Formats: sequence, structure tokens, C-alpha cells
Amino acid sequence: MAVVSTIRAIGHRIVNMVWRIGVAARFFFLTLRYSGTSFSRFHLIIKELFSTGVMSLIIIVVAGLFVGMVLGLQGYETLKRYGSESALGVMVALGLVRELGPVMAALLFASRAGSSMTAEIGLMKATEQISAMEMMAVNPIARIVAPRFWAGVISMPLLAALFSAVGIFGGYLVGVVQIGVDEGSFWSQMQAAVDFREDIMNGVIKSFVFGTVVTVIALFEGFDAPPTAEGVSGATTRTVVTSSLAILMLDFVLTAIMFRGA
Amino acid sequence: MTFPKGKLIAIMGLSGCGKTTLLRHIGGALKPTKGYVKMDGQIMHELDQDGLYAMRRKMGMLFQFGALFTDMSVYDNVAFQMREHTDLPEDLIHNLVMMKLHAVGLRGAQQMMPSELSGGMARRVALARTMALDPMLVMYDEPFAGLDPISMTVIGDLIRSMNDVLGATSIIVTHDIQESLKIVDYVYFMANGVIVAEGTPDELRASETDFVRQFIHGEMDGPVPFHYPGVDYRQALNLRA
Repeated sequence: MAVVSTIRAIGHRIVNMVWRIGVAARFFFLTLRYSGTSFSRFHLIIKELFSTGVMSLIIIVVAGLFVGMVLGLQGYETLKRYGSESALGVMVALGLVRELGPVMAALLFASRAGSSMTAEIGLMKATEQISAMEMMAVNPIARIVAPRFWAGVISMPLLAALFSAVGIFGGYLVGVVQIGVDEGSFWSQMQAAVDFREDIMNGVIKSFVFGTVVTVIALFEGFDAPPTAEGVSGATTRTVVTSSLAILMLDFVLTAIMFRGA
Repeated sequence: MTFPKGKLIAIMGLSGCGKTTLLRHIGGALKPTKGYVKMDGQIMHELDQDGLYAMRRKMGMLFQFGALFTDMSVYDNVAFQMREHTDLPEDLIHNLVMMKLHAVGLRGAQQMMPSELSGGMARRVALARTMALDPMLVMYDEPFAGLDPISMTVIGDLIRSMNDVLGATSIIVTHDIQESLKIVDYVYFMANGVIVAEGTPDELRASETDFVRQFIHGEMDGPVPFHYPGVDYRQALNLRA
């Protein structure tokens, strides 16, 4: 009997998971379908860009600076063994533009802006604001979800680019200003080695995908949250956990597609 | 159940008897498993989304705790539907919002945020927002819940006067007997999802029906038992018979 109930419980969880993925996919398509209104009233997106993008600037800049400084320090220690200290700029830039910029910015975005979106929409649901909007014949997907979705999709690549730029500056501060790596070779090797299409554009594509996934997860969790304090807190936690795992898994898949053999 | 035009009708009953569910059916938020809701010649659950939204533009609903949009000021809350559903110029919207807020006595609170309002004020702002587009049907979900006696009288009077001024039909879901009997034209009593009594306030005050008497006089025991069904008390205390 114990085996049967265990199998039943596992089956129930799998069915639930598949069901939720289906509902989330439907939610995503509805968001795209009702996005037209958001673009015709762009001020709604601008308002959300402020709360998701601009309000995330500080955490992105500070984290980017420190990650770049650590990269500069660790990179120098490693490259010194092979007498290639002059390649520090290349290492820092490629590490940030290809990987750390998009991934770290997306992880920070999920915990700062994603959790906030989930909590806000979850609380709107708990306080019947979403029901009120529906009763006023205003589609909440078009009015609440779509502007936040596009704000997330637009702000994520910009935040990742900023993370990488500040990170490179952090690497410069440690490598060139503090340790004394030659400034000319730091910048010139970076300029020669970093390819716009292969490196920068692939990084932008990654951050665009991460932005889409994190924002959809955050909005869906908020919209689907049970309208209780416990429900909203659980949904907020799920947003951060699911988004983080999705970012790391997708990063592997995208890296394998983009850079295999490059 | 019928709700004639221009009348103010109360649906009363114990918590959990299906009053709010009924409002959600009328608003088309739920699909009935049996029966139907017909409004203005249309059966609500047969409408597609566009039809449903078109019908909802003729309705207003006041939620239990107001459900004001917390990221918008009082002014923007009242202007919300006007901006969403009309192409009115902003100066005309301004005048309309002022008129609605004046009607609920909160013209001076236009720049306040919902978090700065008391429960009674929030309910009055929500009432102004509900009336923004002069709906033909207004639904009130527990409009008196959690209000002090003065706010309760104010809200009650506003509901009655707005109904009369607009010529709308109003449905109040409540279990506040005294306040609602003062203002409504007709009452339906519900229990376990069905109508158990109905009539005008005077008829119900004079009613000899056990349920109605217990409800109106707030008696502790009667057709609605004080104790929730459970095991025998002695058994619950582990006592021998």
C-alpha cells in the first residue's frame, strides 16, 4: 500500500507540474496577445521600467563592480603563472560579456525585481484589486501584466550590459590601477579579442532570454498566488528559486549552442 | 430571484451561504453549473469575453474592503474607468471626478493615497469609483463590514441616494440587518445556497418564520444551530456514557 501511495503521490506531483507549465504557457501567450495595448500606451511600460529597471541599478552597479574586481584579481593570479598578464583585459571582458554579465544580472534581477513583481501582483490579487479591474471590464493581463512583462524584457539586456561595463571597469581598477598591468595592452587586447557578433550579441541574446523567462515566472507566480499572506510569500520564494534554476539551466543550453567549438 | 430596475435589493444570509458567489455569478466571474443569470436580455455565462466586458461596463461593483488600486491616488482611482473606457479630454475627466468625489464628500481628499484613508473613507472613494460611469446595475459586497456607526449610516445613505439619482438597480449583499433594512426596498434571505425567505423590510420584521426571526433578532440558537456539527460532547471529552 505504501508503494502505491508513493507512486500516486509522485504521479500527482508530475501531473500538477505539467498542468502548471501548461497554464504558465497559456499565460505567456495571453500576455503577448494583449501586449498591443501596452505599446499604444507606452507610459505604462515607462512606469514599470522605472520600478524594475531603474530601481535595480544600484544592486547591479555595486555587484558588477565587485564581480569585475574579483575577476581582475583572480585572473591576474592565474595568468601570471603563464606570463600572460597582458591578456587580463580579454579574460575579464569575455568572462563578463559572455557569461557573468547576463547570468549574474539575471540572478540579481530575479531576486530584486522578480520577487517584487510577484509580491505586488499577489497582494493586488489578495486585496481584490485584480477582481475589481475585471469587474470594470479592464483586462488585467493587458493592464497589469503586459506592461511589466515588456519592462522586464527591455530592462534586462540593459542591466546586463551595465553589469558587464561596470565589471570591466572593476577589473581595470584592480588589474591596471592597483596591480600595475599595462593599460595599453589591457584595452587593446580586449578590443582585438572581443567580437561584436560572437561575444557581445550572444550575451545580449542570453540576457534577453533570461529577462523573458524571469519576468514570465515572476508575473505568473504573482497572478497564480493563493490570495493569502502565506500564498504570496510562497509565490515570492518560488519566483526566486524557479527563476534562478531556469537561468542556470538555460545558460548551459545557450552556451552549448552559441559557443561550442568557437 | 429578480432585481427590478430602480430598486435597491438586499441579499442576506449567514457567512458562507453563497451571497458573494451569487454576486460573482451576476458579474459573470463564475459560470453556473445549473440555471442562469439574465441581465438586460443577455444570459451572462453564454457571453464571450468581449460581450462580457461590454456588459460589465454597465455594471459597478463595490468590493468588501474597497479594493482601491493602492498605487494610485484617490483622484486616479475614480478617473480609472473614464480613462480606460472613454476618450474624454482630461479637463472633462477632472470635472467628472470632482463631481463624483463631491457626491461622497471627499473632494478634499483627491490627492491622498489609499493607505492614508480610514476604512470609511476608502469605502466612500470606492463608491465614487463604482459610480464613475453611471452604471445601470450596482453590486455591493458587504458595504458595511468593519465600519463605525457613523460611517455605516453615511455609506447607507449614499447607496440609497446614488441609486435614486442614477435610477440604477442595486444589489447589496450583507448580513448587517439594521442598517440594510433602513434603506432597501426588498430582501432575499439565503441559506445553503437557496432562498429561504423574501419580502419587504416591513414584511420581514413582522415575519413569524423561525429563520428570519433568528436572523433579524440575532438569536444565538434556532434553525441555525450554535454548535457546528461534530462528535458527541461527552465523547469529545473522553467521558464514559
